[in-house]
Parts: sequence; structure tokens; C-alpha cells
Amino acid sequence: MATAHGEKVLKYLEENGTASSLKLAELWNEDHQKIVGTVKSLLCLGEVIEADLQSSALWDLTEEGKQVAKDGSHEAQVFNAIPPAGSTQAEIVAKVTEVNSKFTKDMAKVGFSKAMSLGWIVVDKSSGAPKFIKKVTSIEDKVQEHLKELATGKDTLTNELRTEYKKRKLIQEIIIKSYVMKPGPSFTTSVTKQETDLTPEMIASGSWKTKEFKAYNLNALGTPIPRGHLHPLMKVRAEFRQIFLEMGFTEMPTNNFVESSFWNFDALFQPQQHPARDAHDTFFLSDPATATNIPVDYMERVKKVHSHGGYGSQGYGYDWKIEEAQKNLLRTHTTAVSARMLYALAEGGFKPAKYFSIDRVFRNETLDATHLAEFHQIEGVIADYGLTLGNLIGVLYEFFRKLGIEKLRFKPAYNPYTEPSMEIFSYHPGLKKWVEVIGNSGIFRPEMLLPMGLPEDVSVLAWGLSLERPTMIKYGYDNIRDLVGPKVNIQMVADNPLCRLDK
Amino acid sequence: MPTISINRDLLFKALGRSYTEEQFDELCFKFGIELDEVTSDKLIILKEQGTERSAGASEEIIYKIDIPANRYDLLCLEGLVQGLQVFLGEKQFPAFKVVPPVTVPQRLIIKPSTASIRPHAVAAVLRNIHFDQNTFSSFIDLQDKLHQNLCRKRSLVAIGTHDLDTVHGPFFYEALPPDSIKFKPLSQSKEFTASQLMDLYSTDSHLRHYLPIIRDSSVYPVIKDSNGVVLSMPPIINGEHSKITLDTKNVFIECTATDLTKASIVLDTLVCMFSRYCGDQFTVEICEVETPEGKINNYPILKNRHEKISVDKINTMVGINEKADEIANLLTRMCLTATVEGTGSISVEIPPTRHDIIHACDVYEDVAIAFGYNNITKTLPKTNTIASQFPLNKLSDQLRDQLAQAGFTEALTFSLCSKEDISEKLRKPLNSVPAVHVSNPKTLEFQVARTTLLSGLLKTIAANRKMPLPMKLFEVSDVVVKDSQRDVGARNCRNLCAVYYNKSPGFELVHGLLDRLMQLLEVPLDQSGSKGYFLKPCEDATFFPGRCAQIIFAGTVVGIVGVLHPDVVTSFDLNLPCSALEFNIEPFL
Repeated sequence: MATAHGEKVLKYLEENGTASSLKLAELWNEDHQKIVGTVKSLLCLGEVIEADLQSSALWDLTEEGKQVAKDGSHEAQVFNAIPPAGSTQAEIVAKVTEVNSKFTKDMAKVGFSKAMSLGWIVVDKSSGAPKFIKKVTSIEDKVQEHLKELATGKDTLTNELRTEYKKRKLIQEIIIKSYVMKPGPSFTTSVTKQETDLTPEMIASGSWKTKEFKAYNLNALGTPIPRGHLHPLMKVRAEFRQIFLEMGFTEMPTNNFVESSFWNFDALFQPQQHPARDAHDTFFLSDPATATNIPVDYMERVKKVHSHGGYGSQGYGYDWKIEEAQKNLLRTHTTAVSARMLYALAEGGFKPAKYFSIDRVFRNETLDATHLAEFHQIEGVIADYGLTLGNLIGVLYEFFRKLGIEKLRFKPAYNPYTEPSMEIFSYHPGLKKWVEVIGNSGIFRPEMLLPMGLPEDVSVLAWGLSLERPTMIKYGYDNIRDLVGPKVNIQMVADNPLCRLDK
Repeated sequence: MPTISINRDLLFKALGRSYTEEQFDELCFKFGIELDEVTSDKLIILKEQGTERSAGASEEIIYKIDIPANRYDLLCLEGLVQGLQVFLGEKQFPAFKVVPPVTVPQRLIIKPSTASIRPHAVAAVLRNIHFDQNTFSSFIDLQDKLHQNLCRKRSLVAIGTHDLDTVHGPFFYEALPPDSIKFKPLSQSKEFTASQLMDLYSTDSHLRHYLPIIRDSSVYPVIKDSNGVVLSMPPIINGEHSKITLDTKNVFIECTATDLTKASIVLDTLVCMFSRYCGDQFTVEICEVETPEGKINNYPILKNRHEKISVDKINTMVGINEKADEIANLLTRMCLTATVEGTGSISVEIPPTRHDIIHACDVYEDVAIAFGYNNITKTLPKTNTIASQFPLNKLSDQLRDQLAQAGFTEALTFSLCSKEDISEKLRKPLNSVPAVHVSNPKTLEFQVARTTLLSGLLKTIAANRKMPLPMKLFEVSDVVVKDSQRDVGARNCRNLCAVYYNKSPGFELVHGLLDRLMQLLEVPLDQSGSKGYFLKPCEDATFFPGRCAQIIFAGTVVGIVGVLHPDVVTSFDLNLPCSALEFNIEPFL
């Protein structure tokens, strides 16, 4: 920083109370930009001075304009180069260029045409090759006069002329940023050199006490700190997990992606011809292809209820095959685990239970912006004596209230293993309409529960939704591949905010 | 979920009133169906084929309505209107009758040869029917909807409808070698053998899907009349000879099947929906079906089943408190005629249109729907339980927090991957990897379940090469390995994997991370190896020679740490040194 210059400015301010950078530049015959630099460095000192940034528009000569101011307009130069007897265009141009090396062909062209239109010169074709001769004896070069005047800072041009000269690229408008200053609250005329930052030496020597420190620019961002991050989907998972735990639900062990058709479908009273059991919808395994050790008695009861009914049911009346049940697959829903848990609950002597899980499930589906071959399913299950559909509705209200969703409504739906079944809709205050919460709810069918050995008066309420869908809505993703999988943008993971679903 | 397309004006005419779109949507919501889309032929063609083709197409409004997969009775205009009108209390549900014909009943004789291919058949006759263009289209559409859904794309049941006046019973259902079946199929002008038909239809956008059902069989099913005229070759195509037209007066319906229960449901549904257009409304003419054993069964069954329901049980299940007669009223609105039987019990008559009702719980649901799901008082269950976390998930989450605190960023990769992701790209032969294989992957990305988290993390780095270095990623998630000790022959392993990718390998960093994790898990460094952990030099094809070690915990190998082999780095489209750490966290529980 030009400290000396700064003090000069401050001294001027002390004497005059106010100053403009333009005026100072003129006064001291300095480049205006240099004065502006000084003002800026004074501003960094804190409240020593106050300055208003002003911008003013000003017409100034272009490079070509400056030439015209010096050597005369193109038309005048052309005129002056014509000998009394006249001459050819080439000869005239050569003559001008001889005197003025900066005179270009384009300028000559303009010069001839302007001189013609002003009536200064005419073409004479009488002696074969066209010759230019002077039509008047003397001329007044107004253009040069105007530009000379403008160069001194006096702008008396009419709008018409201004437009013309602008069109001829002789003048241009320039914006000048200047400062008007006055003393600030901590005005002083002495400027000391400022330190950028505290050093160990200053602390050791105590010199910091007498130093002045340059102000920080608090409008700029700080340096990004090195850090690790949790994935957004896992953050939302943590929130759902927390909600279930707050509501007293125990987490199910869902760490078994490979499942038998028996637990995934048959145990849930999903018939063997059900479309979901098609290879189009489910990933079956070639290795290990089949499951063993399906509990024999239980399997017999499942077979019977499918093929012949029982437990008050008509059954599906088809030929149930163990080969279908043994087919291994990648589980299509975590309800396969719920089935194992409920069976274990019945085997161990029934006690009321509340279970939840959030884990991966697999569908051999056509992929698009919202569907992947694997996704996370959130599931809640309540098993107790005498539970009602009203209970299910009540629990769902509490569950969704914790997600910040207050208004729900329920639509009758079909699901092979729940009856009654309900689709859950929530009111979206932003969209001002009812939107479907991706997922379903219902009461497990007796044909599923009774073969497991659960007491007849026990009902099991259940609901499920995907983890990805609410996460996409929460963070505004429209493509699921931006959220899950190896194509995930790590910067997105880094920038992702806290997950507060109820906010 | 099947979707049906219904002409709105025809629908409103049949319903006897019009609705605004919102009103109809609301009615659908309550009834448990969904107004999915409002469109027109013109809009559909415009969307699919552009402006030019759509010129001149009908602008009549079409409602596309989603029907629950078990409500076969709502798959056509006739059934939908009937269901809604009864639901609204505007109409009574009709009683269907099966009657013998004036003369002898039609008979369908099943030959033993069908046993190997499609053993069941049922039949019925709709007498003195009157079609107009709309009802005729609806009749064809319903067969198509049933074929797609309940009939499982004709594999379980195939329907054939014929102009009875063009053929002469009794009818014979048999299975013959493809070359000995010859007839003129629907919409063709000449005769083809069954083998020729299979060729003909192999490029047909609609029919080719059904060919595999019988193609590899040595005999194909065929139905002929007493003169040898072919009515149909189920489940592929009907004969041109007996095809029904707008002028058809008497319709012979046959359903051949691999599932007799479903065949009977299909037949019941079809005749219930269209007997309303018969001379004698809601009346169906009986047919005799002779089994190969010589037993005669009469079809359609059209049975009204009765279910006794306890009023208390209904009130308990739904969570309402309604009197018996009120519940009976609610059920009537769901096409279930209900009679109160004294002591808190209701007898419910389930008509042949409601084959979806197979248990009392289906009746409870209908009570709840008629009552209105959104009118049920919400209550909280009294179930009092103490929650607990799954210990492995709790440990995983604690470690994930620590990994992020150590400056690593969590990736979330797929459990499924290609074979080469877990073998070739890691420089290991596939047969050395105990991977679970998918039999029907749609793409290479889903061939196997991952056996390591490493490939997914390397793929994530490859997709993020523009990020500043170093890149430090981790994942704590399940991999799947074969395990003959488990009922399904496989088990999940909860692995922790971390990678460091930079201009220098940074082995000391992943090593330091391992030490930190062990410190958090209170596992000491113990070279003797009985209690704590230590690193043991090893060679592993995935890693750079001399830059790899097994992680030994309590005497067993739990994982591996090292600098990746340059060929592994390049096979994942990367070009910088990378060190990695992966171990199973289950032993640390």
C-alpha cells in the first residue's frame, strides 16, 4: 500500500472535509486508478474514512478518434491531399499515407465517401480514368474540432452528432467508478503498516500490543475443513430407526438376503401362481438353487391351507408343490423375516411383540428414475391379542406424526397376505393435494398366522414403505441413481444437511 | 394391478348420473379402486405416435381405472357399474340362475390325452344374447383382462367363446400331435396345421407370448365339435368357423385349464357379467363336462356360498361398534347379502362374482370399506413392549460414526454386481469365490451377490474422479457367501471396508484406521494372537506383492489390509495407488 499517498489523501480530507477521487487525480495530476487504489486500501483500515462509490458515464475518444483529433478527419485528409488538377484515388491515398502512416484503406474509403457527400470533392471521368478534383477551395473540419473539444473534457455534442461519431467509432462511452470520501468515526491522518496475522514471535516478544492488524474479510467463505460424512440415505434410516425405537419396537435380524420361496411367499399365503413369483419380478438363484430344512409340520399346514383351505378359509384350491417352495431367491420384502419372527414367536409361546426392520430387498424390475433392482424396505409389525384396524390407523398416525406428517387418509387395497389392506395417503401442504405414501398396511391373514401356531385371537398389524422414496422427497432428488449406488456424487454426500424429518 | 379403460360417457350413462372428475375420484377412493388417468383415444395416439396420426381419432373421454388384483368382478364396465351402484345403495345385487336347456344340455367330453398338457375344461352357454357394438367390445375386453390376470397370461386358464349355432355338440377336448391338427384360425383365410401356426405366430406381437405354454409338448390341446370342426386350439387361438359376431345369438363358452378352481372362477365371472344381456336376464344355460373317468360335472357352478360371521368379531377386528342389522346393511352394499341370525351372528351369502372372499377376514374388510376406512375411530394398541436394537446393527452404526469421524466418507453401493466385479477385476478366478449366483438377471449388473465391499467402493471412486485427493471412502454393509450350514445355503456377512486413494498408497493410513477401530473395540495388539489382533503378511492376488496382510483376531483371519495390485486399480478405470482394508465385524460383537 502506498502509505505516503494514503496520508496525502487523509491530510487533504482533514483540511477539506470531503474529497472526490476524480478531483484529487486532477489536482495532483495522478492517474485516477491509482487514487482509487489508495482509497480502497484506506477503506481496509476500518472506519478511518467513509467512501461512497459513484459511477458516472463519460464520452471519450476511441483510438481512431484520437487520431482524428490530431491529424484531422478522414475526409479532410483526403481533401487536403488532392492536387489542384485532381488525381486518381490510388494516388491520393498514397499521398495521405506518405504523410500519415496510420491512415488505413478503410479510413480512405470513409474519407472519400464523406468528402463526396459533404460536396467537397467530385469525380471527373472526362479524361478516361476517373479522377477526383476539389469542388470547393477550402473546408472547415468540424469533426476534428468537435473531437479536440471533447478531448479537453468539454462535451457539447448534440445527440445527433454523438450518435454519428459513435457509429463512426470515433467516440465511446466509458463508465468511471470514483469515490467521494469523508472522514470516518476513527479518522486519523497517520497510517501505520498493518500486520496480516498474529505470529508466535509477536506473542513471545509482546509486540502484538503495539501492532495494528489488518481486518479480516468476513464476506468471503472460510476454508473447507477436512471431514468425513455419513450417507444421506443412512441418515434418514437412522431417523426411522430412532422413531421405531421411541415407539418401543424391537429391531428384527434382517441380515439374510437369500431366502427360500417358502418364507418369502408360501408362509405369507401367497399362492404359487402369484405373478410376484414370476421370474420377471423376482431374482431366483442358480447357486445355491434350493433350500432345505423347512420345518416339516409347519410346511404341511401351509400346504394344506393353500391347496384345501382350513382355519376358516376356502384356500386357493390348487396343487401346492414343495419344489416351488424350495426355490431360493433374493428376498422381495423384509416380510419374509417378519414371517420367520412370527413363527418363532408362536413356537416359543406367544407373547405380545412389536418389531421393525429397515433393510435391503430385491426386485427383478425394469429400472427407471425411481426404481432400482434393490431398495430398502421399512417395516413395522405389532402382534397382540384383539388388535383392531382402528389400532393400525392410530399407530400409523403416531408414526407419521413423527415424520412431520399430520394428515392421513386410507384407501382400501389388495395384498395377498393382509386383509383388511390399506394404502396410506398423506396430505402434502406444498402441493395442496393428497399423495400416496409409497407403501402399504394391513392385518396379516389368518391363513398366514394360524398355520404358524399363533393363538386364534392374536392379530398382527403391519405396514411397510420404502426408505428411498421419502429420502428422495426430503432432499429433492428426482433420480434414484443420484442417491444410491456407485454413481453417487460424493460431493452431494459431503454437502448433505442433517436429517430432521419432523422439520 | 390391472387397469381397465372405460368410456366415461358410457360409464355415466350406465350409472344413471354424471360426476365431476373429483367426485368420481373420491368415489373410487372410498370403494378401493383408483382413477389412474383421464385421457382419450386422441390423446393416447398423440402421445404415442404424434399429431398427424391422432387427427380424426375419437376425443371421447376415457377413464383408466386401477382395479385390485383380486376383484375379477370389476374388470369390465358391467361389473364396475354393478359394484358401484350396489355400493351407493342404488341397486340390488341380482341373483344368478343356472338352468337346463329346453332340449338336452351341451356336452364337452374330455379325452385322457389332455392329461399331459392341459387336463381341465369347463363350459357354459349364454342363450338368446343381444350384443351391441359396446357390449360386444366389453365382452372381448373382459376375456382379455381375465387372460392377463387371473388366467396368468393363459397359462392357467384359456377362454374360448363360440357362436353355438355354427357348431354341433357334443364337443370333444383332446390332445393331438401338432401335425394332425389342421384348421382355419381366427382372422386367416386358409387352413394351417398346428406346427405351421406356431411358426406363423412366432412373430405376432400378441400371440407369440402364449406359444411357449404348449410349444415343447408332443401333443397340443384342441376342441372339436361332433363333425370334427375345430373350435379352438387352447391356449393359442380359436377357429374362424365358430367365431362370434355382433349377430351371434347363442354363445358357447369353454375354458381349458391347468387349474380347475381358476377355470371355474373364470367361467363364473364371464357368465355373471354378460348373462344380463341374455333373453332371460342373469340366467345361464348348463353344460355337461365329461371327465376322462366318465364322470359328468355340470357347469357353471355359480354357487352362492354362505359364511357365518360373529358380530362381536367384526366389531373387534375393525375397531367399530355397530349393531348386527347395521353390519348387514354395510355388507349388502358390498354385494354380500347378509341376514341377521339372532344371537349376534350374521349369515353372509357370497355370490359367484366374489370369489375373492375365501375367509371371514375378507368379509371383515368389506364391512370396514362400507363403513369407510376414514370413519373408523383411531385408537392406540395397548401393547406394551420394551424395544431393543439388533446388536449387529447397533455395532455397525457405532463403527460408521467413528469412520466418519476419522475423515472417511460413507458410500452406499449395490449388493448385486457382475461376476467380473468379484473375480476377474480383483484378479481372482470366479470358482474360487463362494458367491451366490442369480439365475435370471436382466442385466450384467445383477449376476451375483457381492462377496466383498471393495469393488463397489472402487466403482464409486471411479465415478468421482473429479473430487479432490485424497479420496477416503468406507462402507459397513452385508456381503453374501454360500454356507451349506444354513437352510438356504447362504449367509450374510457384515463387513467393514475402507479405501484410501491418492498419489501415494497411504498404507499407513488404512493401517492406522484399523488400529483406531481396534482401540475403540478394546481389542489390544497381540502378536501371539490368542486374544487381540495382529497383522500377518500374506499374498493375495488382489493386492500388490509384499504389500498385504491378513487381519488376525483371536486366532482367526477376519479380514485383509494392503495396497491394491496395479491391475486391480486399472481394471476399475483408476490410475492412482490405493490401499484398502476390509474385515468382518461380526467376531467383535
